[in-house]
Amino acid sequence: MTPLLQIKNLQAEIAGKKILHGVNLDIGKGEVHAIMGPNGSGKSTLSYVLAGKPDYDVTGGEVLLDGANILDMAADERAAAGLFLAFQYPLEIPGVTTMTFLRAALNAQRKKRGEPELSSPEILRRVRTEAEKLGIDPEMLRRPVNVGFSGGEKKRAETLQMSLLEPRVCVLDETDSGLDIDALKVVADGVNRLRSPDRSMIVITHYQRLLDYIVPDVVHVFSKGHIVRTGGKELALELEANGYAEYVEEAA
Amino acid sequence: MNMEARPVRTAADEAFIKAFAEVGADLPGSANVKAQRAAAFGRFEACGLPTRRVEQWKYTDLRQFLREARPLAAPPGAVERQRANDAGRAFAAIKPRRLVFVDGTFVAEQSDLTKLDDGLTITSLADALAAGDAEVVKRISDSNVSQGDIAYALNTAFMAGGVVIAVEAGKHIARPIHLVFANCAEKPASIFVRSQVSLGAGARLTLLESHEAFGAEEYHVNSAINVDLGEDAELDHVKLGSDAAAAIHVSTTGAVLAAGARLRDFALTSGGAMVRNQLFVTCNGTGAIVDLRGANLLKNRQHADTTLVLDHASPGCQSRELYKSVLDDTARAVFQGKIMVRRKAQKTDARMMSQALLLSETAETDNKPELEIFADDVQCGHGTTCGALDEKMKFYLMARGIPADEAEALLIKAFLGEVIDGISSEGVRVALSAIVDATMDARGH
Repeated sequence: MTPLLQIKNLQAEIAGKKILHGVNLDIGKGEVHAIMGPNGSGKSTLSYVLAGKPDYDVTGGEVLLDGANILDMAADERAAAGLFLAFQYPLEIPGVTTMTFLRAALNAQRKKRGEPELSSPEILRRVRTEAEKLGIDPEMLRRPVNVGFSGGEKKRAETLQMSLLEPRVCVLDETDSGLDIDALKVVADGVNRLRSPDRSMIVITHYQRLLDYIVPDVVHVFSKGHIVRTGGKELALELEANGYAEYVEEAA
Repeated sequence: MNMEARPVRTAADEAFIKAFAEVGADLPGSANVKAQRAAAFGRFEACGLPTRRVEQWKYTDLRQFLREARPLAAPPGAVERQRANDAGRAFAAIKPRRLVFVDGTFVAEQSDLTKLDDGLTITSLADALAAGDAEVVKRISDSNVSQGDIAYALNTAFMAGGVVIAVEAGKHIARPIHLVFANCAEKPASIFVRSQVSLGAGARLTLLESHEAFGAEEYHVNSAINVDLGEDAELDHVKLGSDAAAAIHVSTTGAVLAAGARLRDFALTSGGAMVRNQLFVTCNGTGAIVDLRGANLLKNRQHADTTLVLDHASPGCQSRELYKSVLDDTARAVFQGKIMVRRKAQKTDARMMSQALLLSETAETDNKPELEIFADDVQCGHGTTCGALDEKMKFYLMARGIPADEAEALLIKAFLGEVIDGISSEGVRVALSAIVDATMDARGH
């Protein structure tokens, strides 16, 4: 079976500095892959390049989502095609209420896919249902996107967006950063509810901790802009015990 | 020997001089009014239209914009009146009392003058001037308002259409009044309108104003409103500038506030080739509160100038100014804000802010804040910002599937939201948001 997401020899740079040195990764339907690695190894760059952040120049390679090269698409088209990036640092957008934002995102994606737009009451119903599961106060929906949210609230809001938009591939960039253990459990539960045979996930993290809650099928070690080792979930425990020193040197 | 520099008269200056010589005597007003017209015109004649050498007009060279003086507007015919029926629809949902001005002429038959609220009187300006109404005449050349401004002097010389609105002390007028200005003439004309609004102690009123075109585009409007607020009176004034793309629009608001009075003024400008909104506000009594706001949505070569002079002449008054501009193409927004705090105006609390969002590399904004403070126990501040759309925010929205143009529109509306959210009437807020949305939608095409 063809993998849902195929990353082939992906190379990218920012402001002339090469960050990704040929990333190769195949993710099958329903699989959860963890990408672990030291600071500055290019993990976040990989997530931004997948999502289509314009600051990065792709200098080589392909990213196929269900066989279609998403590198030719603008960020919004990639989202409509089913790619979702949960940001490490979700942006605050003063003046746009969370509800307005969710409505715009949901209907923009549906429109692009040729599906009928949802009515405001229907969207409200869906948002409330998902918000309740994540313990999100309905009052938060009336506030501007992420403005004044705590670290935990921001990550819950990201998870809420992900639940509503029902992506096919989720990229979680350091979702555990800024979370206390209770918030981490809530967010991880939200992510786990989204696991399904049709949906794949890339979980980017420094620490083993998150992977206690979101248990991966495959673990990759990322260093100096590419994958240097791949293993099962036990690889995460080994990294936790030994650190990344070995891989940093190996890659150099 | 010193020679006074006297600017060379332009074609427009000459045309105004000719027009005043021809029709000045026929303009409405008692002998006293005519004397004021002549004096005001004399001031114009001495220096002509203001140029950039006049400090208050530094960024808006009226002489350059007004190369040609259009003939004074003729009284509207049946066709023009018919066209005016479509004017002012933006506020229709609020069901305001419509007072309709076609090419500057107040048309009573098209206005709603029935069942006037208790304590409300509305008179045609021409009638009030002809009758020599002492209260009205007194306010015509109010030096607090004019500050020697030439555009306002020109308005005094030529003012013809307009209304005088008075609210008795203690009366709250629930139904907003809407001054509907419809410029419908087939041929470009010069339109001079003047209105007066006076609220007795504790009275309240919401005054809406809209300017639109249904005829020739190259007209020139010079509009003025004198506002007189008694103790604890409250006025909300909302002005919608949706003039034709080639129109020149100069508007003057002069307001004098007694103790405890409140003025909330808002202007949304999206039309016109050149629009100047100048406000002269005087806090004449203790504890008066002033809130001035505005939004400019400009594109192509549009030019909008907001010039404020806020005079804190009494202690303990509060003023807030917030103006925001969204500028595309080679559009330009000018903000000049002067806050004057007189020696006795202790405990003044004044804050002024102007912000611009530049959507193109060739758009321009000019900001000139001025503080003149003669009291020693005051809080007075100003700020200004200018920037492009935040690319990180735009990417975040796009990463959720929102297309680039829609993401930009959301961010622009968010930028303007702060100004519009401050408007107390929900109906007015909704109407203004709808106009912003429509302007944004039009941008994408």
